[in-house]
Parts: sequence; structure tokens; C-alpha cells
Amino acid sequence: MAAVETSRMNEAGLRKDGALERLKLFGLASPAMLIILVVLAIPVGWLFYVSFVGADGQFSLENYARMLDSKAYYRIFITTFQVSILTTLLCILIGYPLAYFMAQLPPKLANLCMITVLLPFWTSLLVRTYAWLVLLQKRGLVNEWAISAGLWDEPIKIVHNMNGTLIGMVHIMLPFLILPVYGSMKAIDRDFMKAASNLGATPKRAFWTVFFPLTTPGLFAGALMVFILCLGFYVTPAVLGGGKVIMVSMKIVSNIELFVNWGAASALGVVLLVMTFAILWVASRFLKLESITAGGH
Amino acid sequence: MKLKIALSLTAAMIAIAAVAQEKQVTIASWGGSYQEAQSKALFEPAEANTGVKVKQETYGGMSDVKLQVETGAVTLDIVASGSGSAARAGADGLLEELDYNVIDVSTFYPNLYSKYCVGGDVFSTVYAWNTETYGDNGPQSWADFWDVEKFPGKRAYRGKVAGALEPALMADGVAPEDVYKVLDSEEGIKRAIDKIRELKPHIDVFWSSGAQHAQLMKDGEVDMTTGWNGRFDNAAKDGGKVKYSFNQALLDYDCFAIPKGAPNKDVAMQFLAEISKPEYQDDLPKYITYGPTNKAAYDTGEITAEVAAGLPSSPENAAKQLPISLDWYIKWEAKAAEMYQEMLTE
Repeated sequence: MAAVETSRMNEAGLRKDGALERLKLFGLASPAMLIILVVLAIPVGWLFYVSFVGADGQFSLENYARMLDSKAYYRIFITTFQVSILTTLLCILIGYPLAYFMAQLPPKLANLCMITVLLPFWTSLLVRTYAWLVLLQKRGLVNEWAISAGLWDEPIKIVHNMNGTLIGMVHIMLPFLILPVYGSMKAIDRDFMKAASNLGATPKRAFWTVFFPLTTPGLFAGALMVFILCLGFYVTPAVLGGGKVIMVSMKIVSNIELFVNWGAASALGVVLLVMTFAILWVASRFLKLESITAGGH
Repeated sequence: MKLKIALSLTAAMIAIAAVAQEKQVTIASWGGSYQEAQSKALFEPAEANTGVKVKQETYGGMSDVKLQVETGAVTLDIVASGSGSAARAGADGLLEELDYNVIDVSTFYPNLYSKYCVGGDVFSTVYAWNTETYGDNGPQSWADFWDVEKFPGKRAYRGKVAGALEPALMADGVAPEDVYKVLDSEEGIKRAIDKIRELKPHIDVFWSSGAQHAQLMKDGEVDMTTGWNGRFDNAAKDGGKVKYSFNQALLDYDCFAIPKGAPNKDVAMQFLAEISKPEYQDDLPKYITYGPTNKAAYDTGEITAEVAAGLPSSPENAAKQLPISLDWYIKWEAKAAEMYQEMLTE
């Protein structure tokens, strides 16, 4: 009886402590939340609002109707998602093995590799994009070297098209994938792999049934980050796409110039936002998205 | 007595200060070598001669003006603009009407000023070619630009509709004077776009800026492109193998406008009158190869015959060109731009 009493008293005390702690945490988080409210929620709300304002300042759906009228909008959204998905896939194909390789290296070498991965990260995006232009163009270094080495006879078109755009974007996005993947690989206990082979698994089987699943939270987090950042890309496709790879952000700029009307541009932003949320929602049905936000394991 | 003198002196000083404060304009332009040329040829000499204090800024175009006018916080008195976007901004009520009783345009080319914007310099949209690929006998017309058998090679073309449709129609056999008549309907616009679609397999790059088309020619990335004449002159000066022709080119102009509700509207009007005079305009070609909008600038002796021969607005060159029609851009640009982009995204 007495024991029950004390546990109840503890319970009440703990509840009080818990409430206090939550309050403190809320206090700590409030500056960040305030910033998000001011710089994110309010502008996005305003964006949503002006997208329903027509050229004459009245409520209107013309900004959305325009998107249905012209096939250009439909194709621009397709291109945007196509570029983003391809960039994400290429980043996974290149980044995952690289992260795996780095995770196997002794710490000193791994650090050196990490620096080479991060180095381009510290250079301006614009500079890197123009550097690719210099490398890839018709009389650029790549074509010149390849021709003098006899790899091909005529300069080939590597830039001013989808290829160039993808090369530039994959290069810029790669660190965003490698970092979380590498982090999740380093967190895996090596004994798991030993245990797997001890139980008779081939190296291949051990990798796919033990190692790979443990890296998926990092992989999904990285892939998601790459994908979402790609959706809003402007400079790289504008410079390397030759004016033929038109993404939503470029259309937003041209709409502002053309219609001098925020609504025409906002509507595009709203549609892109809604489509991104829809894709995330679908993705979360298939992939355990919570595992990313919960930070893994 | 002393007090009286002191008082009247103070009053005079206040009056001078008040006058000085009134006489001031804020001008926004595009920056870079272009604004530098404007500053040296127009703004600084006019400031020295009139005593109007000039404050220079750069800006992002008519969307900035719209923001200022809509929020009622107009800080700019004069903005430099492309003729087309000024015409549309004027139609949208973002600009003050210009007073041509104050600004003397009697010796201007008739197409180079409008209700809301007075021309500042003339440039041409031309075709340029790589002299290594074609020698000096490059394309002589838009039909040649489209002729991939006679002139095999890669092209670049504008990524926006402005200045893109007129050449296509001329290549399709429309006489320059009929171009805007044909374009004055959706079918006409479609005809021009179909012509560009025909050339599209040979167009490697749809350029988006003057710096870009100059670079494309300098690097030999394409063999032929459309573009703005001044940029090609600069590319050639830098050793680029590039030539261009004024034949069938599009004669266009940049202009100055006053945003609606500008704080120093009247001073701005007088300042525009000042910089439109031939004695300022004749200095512009010293800094950039764009021509004056005031014909009288060719008569002051500042512009030598040699320089004039290379300027878009010299009488001889102007006669070969099609002046762009602002009325067409006001009426059709938004629609045509959507149709053009549809072709680009195919």
C-alpha cells in the first residue's frame, strides 16, 4: 500500500518535471521556430495568396489556367522532375560505392578522401558550373584531349544539353549524398558482418541482408536532400542546358520578366511545392520516411 | 545691421540649400560596361552642366519598378530600360507620361521615342558568323542564316521571343516591311515559330544573355548566331573570329523612363531633356558601339565617318534594317512568348 503511494507521488513529481522540461525545450526551440515562421511560413502563405491574384488585382484563377493552356508548363515540370530523378540516381550510383570505399579506408586516408569530396563544396556554385562549360564545350579540354588521344574523331556534344546539365548537377550534389551515407556506414558495428559470415552468409549475401539495410536511412536522407535541392536548381541548367533544358525556376524568372506579375510566378512555385509534397507522401508509403527523421536505427 | 545681414545671409543659404536639395535625380541602369558608358557620356557631363545632382544605382528591371510603384515607395526618378519592357510597363500604368514639350525630340529618329520612354541608344539584333568557318563571305540575309546546305554549321538563337520571330519570317520570304503585318495574328506567329522549329535541329544553344552569345562566338562553340552588335564588336576586339552584318537586322533601342510617382519627376524630365541633346549623345559611341537616338548627333563632328559606319543608327545602316514595332510587343509578346517556349520545350 505504502509502496503504491510513493510510486504515485513519484509519478506526479515526474509528470511535473516532464512538463517543465518540455517547456524549457520549447523555450530553447522558439527562436528557431520564430525564424521559420517569419522567413518560411509567412512568405509561403503570401506566395499562395498572390498566386490567386490576377493581373487586374482581383481574385482569379488565370495564373493556374495559363498552366493548363500551354503544353510548355507541362513539359517544364516533366523536365524538372526528370532532371531531379536522374541526378539523384546518378548520385546514388556514384556516391554509394565511393562512401563504401571511404568507410573501408584507414582513418587518415579516409579523411584525405573526405577533403577531396568536400573541397568543391567550398567553391562557388557559379564558378564550378562555368568550369564545366570550359571543360565540356566543343573546343573544350575534354574534347581536345579525347581527340588527340584518338578516343573519338569529331568533337562530341557533351554540353548545352541534358548531358551537360546532369554532369554539372551530379558534381554539385554528390557531397549531399556521400556525407549522410558515409555517416551511416561508419556507425555500423563491424561485428555484424563477421557474425553474418560466421552464420554462413557469402560476402554478397552479408552485404545485401545486413550491411545495406543498415545504410538505407542515410541513403534515403541523402537521396531526398539531393532530389529536393535539384527541384529548385537554376544556375546549372541555365548555363549547361543550352537553353533547351528548362526547369521550373527558370520559368519562374521568365514569367516575372514577361508578365511583371508576382501571381504568374507564385502559381508555379505553389504547384511545384504541392507536387513535391505529393511525391514525398507517395515515397513515405514505400520507404520508411520516419526512419530518416528519427535519425536512423 | 549686422544681425540683418546675418539673417538675410542665413535665409539665402537656406534657399540655396533648398534649391540644391530639389535638384537631384536617382537613375537606375543595368550596370557593367553599359552603365559606365552612359555615365561617362551622359550622366556626368549633364550633372556638371546643369548642377543637378545624380545618384546612380543598378536595378533588376521593370519588376523592381512595379514593386516600388505598388508599395508607394518610389525612390527612382529615371530608369534605363529596353524599349519593349518599357512599353509594356507604360501600358500597365507603371510609368509617367513623358512631356515632349520639355524633351526636344524634333531631330530624333521617329521610331526611337514613345509615350513613356525616350530613346537613349540604338542597338541592332544581327546575325554574326565565325570567319574561320565561312571567311568573309558569311550569310548576307536571314534566308542564308536558315540555309544549312549553303552554310553548314551549328547555330545559336535567342531563348526568348523578343527579336526571334521577325528574322524567321524574313527567312520565310516575307518582305521586311510586311513582317509585323504577318505577325499580327496567331497564325502569323505560328508561321514564324514553325520556321524556327525547322532550323531547331541545327540550333545548339538558345542563348539568354549578350555575354553568352559573345562567348559562344569567341570560343567557336557555334558557327553562327543572332545577337546584339555591340557584343560582337567587343568579342572581335578580344580576338574572336566574328563578323556581322546590318542587312535585315532589327533596329531596336534602349530608353529612359520615369517611374510613376517619382520623387523628383520634374527635375527628371529636365534631365532627360538635357541628355537627349546631340552634344551628349555624340559621346556615347566613344565608350560602347551603340548609336545615338538623336540624328543631330551625327552632325556635331564628334562622330567620325569611320565610327558612324559601324553604328546601328547611322543613316546608311539604319536604312538596311527593320525597326522593331513596340505596338506589336505590347499586343502580342506575352502570348508569343508562351508559344515560343512551347516550341523550345518540345
